[in-house]
Amino acid sequence: MRRVFGTAVSMVFVLLCLAPVLFLVIGSFMGNDEIYRHIAPVIGNAEGYAGWTPLPMYPTFQHLVELLLDSPEFFHMFWNSVKTTVCIMGGQLLFGMPAAWGLARYSFPGRRLIYMLYIVLMMMPFQVVMLSEYLVLDRLSLLDTAGAVILPGIFATFPVFLMYRFFRGVPDSILEAARIDGAGELQLFFLMGIPLGSSGIISAMVLSFLECWNMIEQPMVFLKTKSLWTLSLYLPEINGSNAGFCICASFAALLPAALVFLSGQDYLEAGIVASAVKE
Amino acid sequence: MRSRKKKGLWFILPSLAGVSIFYLIPFCDVVRRSFARSMGVGFAGLDNYRKVLTNSAFLLAAKNTLRFVAVCLPLLLLLSLLLALLLQRRVWGRHVMKSTYLLPMAIPAASVVLLWRLLFDRQGMLNGLLERLNMTGVDWMNTGMAFCVLIFTYLWKNLGYDIILWSAGLSGISESIYDAARVDGAGRWQNFWYITLPNLKQVGAAIVVLSFLNSFKVFREAYLVAGNYPQEDIYLLQHVFNNWFRDLSVDKMAAGSCLLSGIVLGLVILLQKSWGKEDW
Repeated sequence: MRRVFGTAVSMVFVLLCLAPVLFLVIGSFMGNDEIYRHIAPVIGNAEGYAGWTPLPMYPTFQHLVELLLDSPEFFHMFWNSVKTTVCIMGGQLLFGMPAAWGLARYSFPGRRLIYMLYIVLMMMPFQVVMLSEYLVLDRLSLLDTAGAVILPGIFATFPVFLMYRFFRGVPDSILEAARIDGAGELQLFFLMGIPLGSSGIISAMVLSFLECWNMIEQPMVFLKTKSLWTLSLYLPEINGSNAGFCICASFAALLPAALVFLSGQDYLEAGIVASAVKE
Repeated sequence: MRSRKKKGLWFILPSLAGVSIFYLIPFCDVVRRSFARSMGVGFAGLDNYRKVLTNSAFLLAAKNTLRFVAVCLPLLLLLSLLLALLLQRRVWGRHVMKSTYLLPMAIPAASVVLLWRLLFDRQGMLNGLLERLNMTGVDWMNTGMAFCVLIFTYLWKNLGYDIILWSAGLSGISESIYDAARVDGAGRWQNFWYITLPNLKQVGAAIVVLSFLNSFKVFREAYLVAGNYPQEDIYLLQHVFNNWFRDLSVDKMAAGSCLLSGIVLGLVILLQKSWGKEDW
């Protein structure tokens, strides 16, 4: 009895978590008329309540085709998102990865202070740093350019912290042995650090991807020109004739995040654990 | 040895330079501005802080934010602990379940906005369901119930994150302690109260702080669903900052940022204590 109850409770929550995805998948393949019939009470002025159905009566690929072939605006924003995300992640590898290694493996004066600074910055909500970011972007005349979102993103300190946690786990003895064999510090980093810390690096990148892909505040605040906007800000006004398209677009925005989520799941979990609990 | 230590600094310098340019130095400027007159020149003492702390929008938002945190944090902690405990048992498909809980974290806010509208509209699906159960629906987004929608959104988004953390904490408790207790005749509840909970203290502290910080992100959904001026009960600190930003009230923003960063700093210090000294 107790076991059945427990499983039932878990299942309810599993369904709640899955429901939005199911909704988007179903809606993406449903004809506009059918969708409209279901949701007219909300977006039109029909009586009664909005409803939904587990399977479309007349499945169609119409929205998908429209999205792929006939929606330059969507594609433009999709591309902006890809560009922003790739640039930020690349920058984080380039700058953040060595920083994490340096913090984790060397004890130079000021190390603790820098580490402390990185952690405090990582915890600050965007609203706290919004003004300071604005001031510096204004000074560098970066406002309303792609760099306004990318550059501060590159120097986000969360990935550094996460990689730090994993680099800490590399045993000292291996590095000492390599040093005795004559390896330089750079060689150590590239030949031992990166391969041995790879799971941490991937964890950090999975979390970074989700963060960048879903970024809303930064592009909203720092980008005025709509042609620079990322997909996370794409919110077409929904009406009776484009409901299916809107749902399909939402689904398409979710897809890359879902794919990264599925393929990097174990790393994601490891990363979350490492962000809070010490091994 | 000496020179090797110094080499570590080279690894950090590029990143540190970026962090200084984009975060550290401008933040110092913000601290300065929080004591300056509105155009950034002249000393204003604590005037800006006084302005912020007597600003009715700020007070309303601070009250709402506090209320939000006070309700959603305990709920989230309990619910995620319960689900983590359920997952601890060897039920079928628990690995899949765990990752499903995490899924909302990956769903972009823009993708759920539409669904939220359909769910919580006055003629939405939720009210339709309530009607079928012979209950009267409410206008979720335009009454005090908007607050509940926000809580729900937060729980939905963060449940998986906290479950993963609780699970990590739970699996860190050695099975042999339970075995020993069983031999001594401890029951289920006794096990839970005297072994499980005390052992989760450290993880719990970290979860509280991280969940609190994540609560700021619920603004995304609130903003996309309800815009700049939402129903009064879900007018959060983030809305105030956004609106000040649009009016370019730099003096108020500066003082507000400093206040908020002070609070976050306090929390980070608490978190540091839970992580223990040697890791710093």
